[in-house]
Amino acid sequence: MTQHIVVIGAGMASGRMLEHLFDAGADVHVTLFGAEPRGNYNRIMLSPVLSGEKTFEEIVTHDSDWYAAHGVTTRFGEHITAVDPVAKTVATGQGPLSYDKLVIATGSDPFIIPVPGKDLPGVMAYRDLDDVERMKSYAAKPGAKAVVIGGGLLGLEAAAGLKAQGMDVTVIHLAGHLMERQLDPAAGYLLKRELELRGIKVLLEANTAELRGTDHVEAVLLKDGRVIEADMVCMAVGIRPATALGTACGIACERGIIVDDQMRTVDPDILAIGECVQHQGQIFGLVAPLYDQAKVAAKTLMGEEAAFTPPMVSTKLKVTGVDLFSAGDFADGDDREEIVFRDAARGVYKRLILAQDRIIGIVMYGDTADGPWFLQKLKDGEDISEGRDTLIFGQNYAGGAPLDPMAAVAALPDEAEICGCNGVSKAIILAAIAGGAGSLAEVTAKTKASTSCGSCAGLTAQVVALGLGDDFVIPAEAGMCGCTDHSHEDVRRLIVADGMKSIPEVMQKLHWTSSGGCAKCRPALNYYLLCAWPEEYADHAQSRFINERVHANIQKDGTYSVVPRMWGGITTPDELRAIANAADKYNVPTVKVTGGQRIDLLGVKKEDLPSMWADLNAAGMVSGHAYAKGLRTVKTCVGTDHCRFGTQDSTGLGIKIEKALWGAWSPHKFKLAVSGCPRNCAEATCKDFGVVCVAEGYQLHVGGAAGMEVKATQLMCTVATEEEAIEYCAAFYQLYREGARYLDRPWKWIDRVGLDHIIEKVVEDADSRTALAARFFHSQKYFQTDPWAERAGGKDAHEFTPLADLTQVAAE
Amino acid sequence: MTRFIDIGHLDDIPTEGARVVKTPLGCVAVFRTAQDEVFAIDDRCPHKGGPLSNGIQHGRSVTCPLHNWVISLESGMVEGMDEGQVATWPVEVRGGRILMDVARLDQAMAAE
Repeated sequence: MTQHIVVIGAGMASGRMLEHLFDAGADVHVTLFGAEPRGNYNRIMLSPVLSGEKTFEEIVTHDSDWYAAHGVTTRFGEHITAVDPVAKTVATGQGPLSYDKLVIATGSDPFIIPVPGKDLPGVMAYRDLDDVERMKSYAAKPGAKAVVIGGGLLGLEAAAGLKAQGMDVTVIHLAGHLMERQLDPAAGYLLKRELELRGIKVLLEANTAELRGTDHVEAVLLKDGRVIEADMVCMAVGIRPATALGTACGIACERGIIVDDQMRTVDPDILAIGECVQHQGQIFGLVAPLYDQAKVAAKTLMGEEAAFTPPMVSTKLKVTGVDLFSAGDFADGDDREEIVFRDAARGVYKRLILAQDRIIGIVMYGDTADGPWFLQKLKDGEDISEGRDTLIFGQNYAGGAPLDPMAAVAALPDEAEICGCNGVSKAIILAAIAGGAGSLAEVTAKTKASTSCGSCAGLTAQVVALGLGDDFVIPAEAGMCGCTDHSHEDVRRLIVADGMKSIPEVMQKLHWTSSGGCAKCRPALNYYLLCAWPEEYADHAQSRFINERVHANIQKDGTYSVVPRMWGGITTPDELRAIANAADKYNVPTVKVTGGQRIDLLGVKKEDLPSMWADLNAAGMVSGHAYAKGLRTVKTCVGTDHCRFGTQDSTGLGIKIEKALWGAWSPHKFKLAVSGCPRNCAEATCKDFGVVCVAEGYQLHVGGAAGMEVKATQLMCTVATEEEAIEYCAAFYQLYREGARYLDRPWKWIDRVGLDHIIEKVVEDADSRTALAARFFHSQKYFQTDPWAERAGGKDAHEFTPLADLTQVAAE
Repeated sequence: MTRFIDIGHLDDIPTEGARVVKTPLGCVAVFRTAQDEVFAIDDRCPHKGGPLSNGIQHGRSVTCPLHNWVISLESGMVEGMDEGQVATWPVEVRGGRILMDVARLDQAMAAE
């Protein structure tokens, strides 16, 4: 008979348990309750969502299709507050629901320090997607100040994410060094230094006394009297098992809900898994043991034998660019010895803690490649006295093993842990391959390796390569989007190599898995095709984002903003009058000056756009392309025309460059500036391409940005004449247009390919430069048409007029 | 009672695109897919009211231009992990003409 299993809590543990149940073909019907109004997602990946490196969609583990396919009744957003273990029912808003087995997976609650002001608006935990959304909303205000209380794993990930969102971040930590549960003081110091270099302020031994504010939090007061201003406060000081439901149904709870090795509570029909449980006095916060519990609970539900033993866990901090690894016990002690490697200049620190010739603790910072190798020795209790003199240098020096990474992977023992989150060993991956998995995707789908925090993706690929042999080439990059496994680079190469000329042709030949692609790949493909075939490709308007389809920027209320081009930021009284007249005529609610020295007319109705453009055209103005993944603006200072410091005609050069580049599409927006002297009033050194005039010529700077990321430019070269400046600029832009992934700004692309590559192609190799510039100017022949004039003349009228108006007809 | 009204020709809508029909109950977005299927749904994303007619149409879905929510044109349901639903309008294509059932409008008018 089909068992009815009621699961309360839709977190990572319960999601994994359901997978095990369905994979084993269990005869069950599941009703899943979740307090959050959404299903299972990968909570440990919230940090990349906060920092903007991932979207929420990318971390969803189970979507509605999955639940439907497995007959799971989902009741998200419902809180369950009572259970009757005698009648075997749970109390819901729609009356009692009976169960055969109940699984409590309510997780944990964030610990909120009981200080005055803790309930003020603007004070939040860091636990779920709502917290992340709330934090991001504060980051929208320029220069907003965030205080993170807690310098542990979660707090530091929150701090790094908020910093990435552009906030001014201070971390307040009670202990004497950061992450004191995972790191020793030396590694904690290196971590603090790294975070400070990134502009995050860190206050240690700082004890919060009070949160101040009248109707919203304004500051944090420390016990030593220091006051830190705050627009928002994130408390990340720890979690507590959520035992309320366990207590309510009368099952034994201490710190957590008490379970046995089979994950059963004292009531054999009620199981508990995840962060809410207590097993042999221990509670759990990392994902690896939770997944083990999920596996055991699934077996118990199916009446199979299984027992949970807490695994040895290691920790990694998911902050991009910070590499640290720790495991085991690393407190000082009389019976302990240690081996330490320290290279302060490179920021590398490794420490092994030994007892009786065995590794019992590992702390690594800066270079963690050997972490899994050490961890294996720790788990095995291996006697390391033999290779002790080179042990700290890692696997490559053990017994003279070669430096080839594949050899290192081949040398790993079968039990070596590859994916800590999911407890996947080398043997499990090799077994999956032996069982028929023939690609990286199939192996990860089957074993779950690298599907949680993702930090082992490279290693997983290497083991798969080892298992599949010569047939398998390690993929350089992930696929463009969910519709294909081909990377952006592969798709671009194949479009040119195979002469593909339309989006359906690309999707057909490269075996797109979706019909018609998605909102991510379609705009990318449209751009790649028009860049490759400027003279032939028929632009596909419906594969462009609305802004580029209607040549204006959509606003939150569905109105548009209009920015006329002002070459080099120069305008005239006549142009200003025409703009003022248009603003009056079309009831423009807001007129604003932009950061790129242009005028923005905001709040224009879509249907008014073509006639407004006709009026602006009549005054000699064209589209400013403020909506384009393409050339935006060239910002200038007044240069030798007026300035007593100017060394060259920066305004004149800016206008010439803008006239040469306007109309071009590119992977992302492209902003320029020309400053007339090194005082740099046009802020050229935070632009995608910046010219700084000097007495002997023109310094050309590339790869700056002042958006979500602030990047100073790097100097590409200095040239003597304006003509050279324009040619080099065109060549650089074309190299970027041909090489970068869609939606990568130049700095991101340069990070990938290296500045040396740019200098080689644009500066050192004159033939390459000439060819790039020639391709650019050839392409410009097809794109330098004013899109506003075309639409004022009737093109794409369907975008601006309704298909039908039934406001009268309906009244019949 | 259904009452179908002719709202235009199939070719008035670009393939993988949308047009708007104005009604007393607000705008309706009428989509044409790559396979020339036609769907009509309210032109308001359940998230923040974004005009879905301005989104990118793909498969049998549309991605909202404001925050990239994906809506099924067939059911009006929000896809993925977000939740919500948009009202759908019955439409038929006969001889290239698009007909939309305006029974909902009639009911709303009658209720006034």
